[in-house]
Amino acid sequence: MEFAIKASGFSAIFFVFAIFFFVFSTASEFIFEKMDFVEFLTSPEWYPTSLSNKRYGTLALLAGTVSVTGLAMLIAVPLGLGSALFISEFTSGVVKEGLKITIELLAAIPSVVWGFIGLAVMNPLIIEVFDAPIGLNVLNGGIILGLMSVPIMTTIAEDALKAVPDSYREASLALGATRWQTAHKVLFPAARSGLLAAVLLGVGRAIGETMAVLMATGHAVQIPGSPLDSVRTLTATIAAELGETAAGSDHYQALFAVGVLLFLLTFGVNLAADLIVRGRSAR
Amino acid sequence: MNASPFATSARTATNRRVESVGKTVLAGVTALLILPLTAILGLLVIRGAPALSMEFLLEAPTAGMTAGGVFPAIVGTLWLVGVSLAVSAPVGIMAGIYLNEYAKANWLTRMVNLAIVNLAGVPSIVHALFGVGVFVLFLGLGTSILSASLTLAIMTLPVIIASTKEALAAVPMAFREACWTLGATRWQTIRHVVLPNSISGILTGVILQVSRAAGETAPIMFTGAAFYLPFLPQSVQDQCMALSMHLFTVSTQVPNVPEAIPYATALVLLSVVLLVNMFAIAFRTYLRRNRKW
Repeated sequence: MEFAIKASGFSAIFFVFAIFFFVFSTASEFIFEKMDFVEFLTSPEWYPTSLSNKRYGTLALLAGTVSVTGLAMLIAVPLGLGSALFISEFTSGVVKEGLKITIELLAAIPSVVWGFIGLAVMNPLIIEVFDAPIGLNVLNGGIILGLMSVPIMTTIAEDALKAVPDSYREASLALGATRWQTAHKVLFPAARSGLLAAVLLGVGRAIGETMAVLMATGHAVQIPGSPLDSVRTLTATIAAELGETAAGSDHYQALFAVGVLLFLLTFGVNLAADLIVRGRSAR
Repeated sequence: MNASPFATSARTATNRRVESVGKTVLAGVTALLILPLTAILGLLVIRGAPALSMEFLLEAPTAGMTAGGVFPAIVGTLWLVGVSLAVSAPVGIMAGIYLNEYAKANWLTRMVNLAIVNLAGVPSIVHALFGVGVFVLFLGLGTSILSASLTLAIMTLPVIIASTKEALAAVPMAFREACWTLGATRWQTIRHVVLPNSISGILTGVILQVSRAAGETAPIMFTGAAFYLPFLPQSVQDQCMALSMHLFTVSTQVPNVPEAIPYATALVLLSVVLLVNMFAIAFRTYLRRNRKW
């Protein structure tokens, strides 16, 4: 049994490194041998199936990811931090437990269901409200993705606020500050790094989200000029094209290169969150 | 001079007003969060109701997926969740035990922990790339339940490891020390003291991954989930349909589907996921209440 446990421990470690290694090695052949690295990152032209002149530039896809994620954060940050503050400081007992469970259930809604809501509910709504030709765009994806990233932010931010010692609250209240002033002047500064980490983890989740943006943002590879433009994100590109590529082809490897880009983005964001939290606990 | 010294000053009154406004805004923000959950559920129930029936749950899709039910998709989801958890639960739990109880605090352990944290944050579509590259092509498993389940297993593994470690770490060190002092070996201590006190927390973590595996679409799209199959899977080498994949298919890939069908499919999927989650939450609440330390 002990042997099995150690073997499992090491096999889990093996899987972790296998993923890093495999995705990178498949992509590296493309990145280093077949591709102009600068063009890959700076060209907005992604035409992997063009017959005469195949081009693999990810700038437009990156712009799609950034625009949808950015809009999502405009929605998710106030909602996430606000609800965390409310749950942590202004509720107690059954109400608090009930709200936390609701947030947890909200986090459990599968992304394909969110995508379906974007497609079936938000799409006609956006067309009607904004008189737009199509409702599958940055706005739609941003709203859906925003709502999706709130639960993780609320949960982590609430943990961060809970971690502020009660003596801080008591000291502030004893000086005659209201609960609101305490939250605003004492708790937020004290929990700053935890709140920042909560936001970053929400960003990481939003960048990596696939099905919802695949279904809700339309399928136009372009740099968006307004929130009503359709875009395609890095994740949606892999999901939309992986089924049609021949294994080992340039296109197949290019999708792995997009995967590496995505991996590095989320890795960077998660690592930043990790370092911020660690910095706090070290202090 | 005639004002009472205990009267509320203008400043305090303003502060109170600010507080009550702020509190209302925050309550509104929080309500905005509960709204989507209830609105989505309500909408799915109302619009899916016309299609929802016992037959919907027990029949295969017919007429080019524009009629019939979701039975093969439910069966497929059970296969995928079952096989993936059969792999990731034992490996994940044992890896969690190893990391929390055996591994020495050195650079290798730190690196492994960092890798696990980051693997948990890897986008699901990157797992799909890995699944296609390794399981489907390199290992030659083809698009099959096995490939899709292994891809899901890799995705759920880091979370199971993390929740297992958390459950084990919650067992007070004194329990272990008391046991060692009596001459028990490390494994005896784990088997008879640490595990009985943490098994429920470990199981809660696993149950939560059941609902996650049931809801994921991207990792199974290219590794084993089919648009439509006229037969039920017979072994892990077959492809299968899946609820999440079926929702994607009927809402984006098939023309002229009656509106109620995707709504009803989404409702079935969401119900499965939320029920599993609620079960896990209820289980956890019960355990917390009965914890001995």
